[in-house]
Amino acid sequence: MSATLSARRAAVPAVDRPSLVAALSRPAVPLWFEVVFWLAAVGIFFVIPDRALLLNDIAILGLFALSLDLILGYAGIVSLGHAAFFGAGAYVAGILAVNGFGWPIPGLLLGGLVAALIGFVSGFLILRGSDLTRLMITLGVSLILLELANRFDNWTGGADGLYGATMAPVLGLFDFDLYGHTAYFYSLSVLFLCVLFSRLLIASPFGQSLRAIKDNRMRAAHLGIATSRHLVGIYVVAAFMAGLAGALNAQTTQFASLDVLSFERSADILLILVLGGTGYLYGGLVGAVIFKVLQTVLSDLTPEYWQFWIGLLLVVIVLIGRDRMSERFGQLFSRRARTDGEALP
Amino acid sequence: MTILFDGIAYGMLLFILACGLALTLGLMNFINLAHGAFAMAGGYVLVILSQQAGVPFLLCLPIAFIVPAVIGAILERTLYQHLYGRSHLDQVLFSIGIVFMAITATRYFMGSGQQIVQLPDWLQGRVEFLGTGMGVYRLFTIAICAVVAGLIQLGLSKTRFGSQLRAAVDDATVARGLGINVSLVFAVTFAVGSGLAGLGGALGAEVLGLDPNFPLSYMIYFLVVVAVGGTTTITGPFLAALILGIADVLGKYYVPSLGAFIIYTLMVLILLWRPHGLFSRAGAR
Repeated sequence: MSATLSARRAAVPAVDRPSLVAALSRPAVPLWFEVVFWLAAVGIFFVIPDRALLLNDIAILGLFALSLDLILGYAGIVSLGHAAFFGAGAYVAGILAVNGFGWPIPGLLLGGLVAALIGFVSGFLILRGSDLTRLMITLGVSLILLELANRFDNWTGGADGLYGATMAPVLGLFDFDLYGHTAYFYSLSVLFLCVLFSRLLIASPFGQSLRAIKDNRMRAAHLGIATSRHLVGIYVVAAFMAGLAGALNAQTTQFASLDVLSFERSADILLILVLGGTGYLYGGLVGAVIFKVLQTVLSDLTPEYWQFWIGLLLVVIVLIGRDRMSERFGQLFSRRARTDGEALP
Repeated sequence: MTILFDGIAYGMLLFILACGLALTLGLMNFINLAHGAFAMAGGYVLVILSQQAGVPFLLCLPIAFIVPAVIGAILERTLYQHLYGRSHLDQVLFSIGIVFMAITATRYFMGSGQQIVQLPDWLQGRVEFLGTGMGVYRLFTIAICAVVAGLIQLGLSKTRFGSQLRAAVDDATVARGLGINVSLVFAVTFAVGSGLAGLGGALGAEVLGLDPNFPLSYMIYFLVVVAVGGTTTITGPFLAALILGIADVLGKYYVPSLGAFIIYTLMVLILLWRPHGLFSRAGAR
């Protein structure tokens, strides 16, 4: 039995949802599920306009998870401190808005840029060592930022949070309202642009090289790929997007507090990404929808203990096997169903 | 001097808490972020027994070792052993899930407040020694931790089980080929490591504080000890724990506003300098 299995595994080298990944690598052609996804994302607003704040949260989480997918799913870097960039973006945008610089888009970009700068500096720290070292360094960087934010509370508001941001209208046209209507479309537009950009990026030679690095870093280096430059590069892009997500969060909620940098946020986003599956761009978005709905339902049922069920979910997902799950999921969405039908363990 | 002394006590405590993690990581290459949950279990065992049931303090400590060890053994056999070969991402996710469950379950059963540990009279107060004031409980902690650390060192270097363990760490496949029951060695080590964490949690309940968020708030400290100390020896984490304990206490005393900032910066710098830990055999690579 095991002999036939291993023989088959050798015969089918591409285990990794090949059709879907290949399809996503052709940037010009939108897949049907992508069209459906974005139509649904716009359409859902008109079905439940009173839940626009929740939808806005989902869009922001989706963007945040997408940025993590770029480094985890495409470059294989396990990070426990991705909230560092989210928090940096949130505080930059928040501090700008509190000090009278309320234009959303420049604030957004600045937030992203500062996060990207931090990503650039810390990107060099994650090149060496084992997974554990990387975990510790990413975690360490985010905790250092957390301590700094706590220390410079005259800027960040410290434990009380950053209140009193006033936002100018988006593009001078759309005023932010209390119900999150503008906020949702603002966040969704940013998310859309980022997905578009990521899609082009992973299809580019840069993206292909990254996948080679993820599979086998030494082999990629021997093929002449500048592995360090690629890894730092994708880390900066991911940091920029996470910074955008943070800035969006600060701008649309007009509030930022220390928990934007917390470990729980880094852990949650990892969970969100894993819920949806890594390595096909939409995993974070799907995960964000599932997570937010679960969180809303569970925290209605048991406001204090919903985290228990999230933890249980994590354990179960891992025990079942992430690959198996996301492979089934990938099959649903890919145009050509896989011929061998059965997922390899 | 008193501060230095407190730092040593704190560092010893960290070592007892983290050495189980060092074994798990070094032996099974398993990143167990849920290690703090076992420590918390030990702490709560102590609180329930000594504060509510009135069991004598000294008797509570072995129980605080045994209960998490049994829990650890059960979890190892049922859940953890399926994850040894998996990617580090899976292990991280799995153990974060365990942490979340442990935290909320504890909050559900024990309430979310800080637990107060009332020490027995003979452990309270201070003694003067060579002009240095020392808390009796700190002395007691250091003594116990030193004995335990010595036992671990002896156990690893002198006993048959210790050599099997070291063989399994070096190369599990060859060890298995030599007839060593590696999965049994794993299970026992995991249980002992969890038990030690529990003992540390019980001893540290008074010093570190104990509330349901314990596994998360101290997770980083355990990981620092292991990452900085390296996983190949037991002296590495021991020295790392001492340095960390002293640095943390000194930092909190002299520059309280910077808080944990110093620790994290130090850790990042050390890991940049030697990615596999200060005292690892692999050295800087």
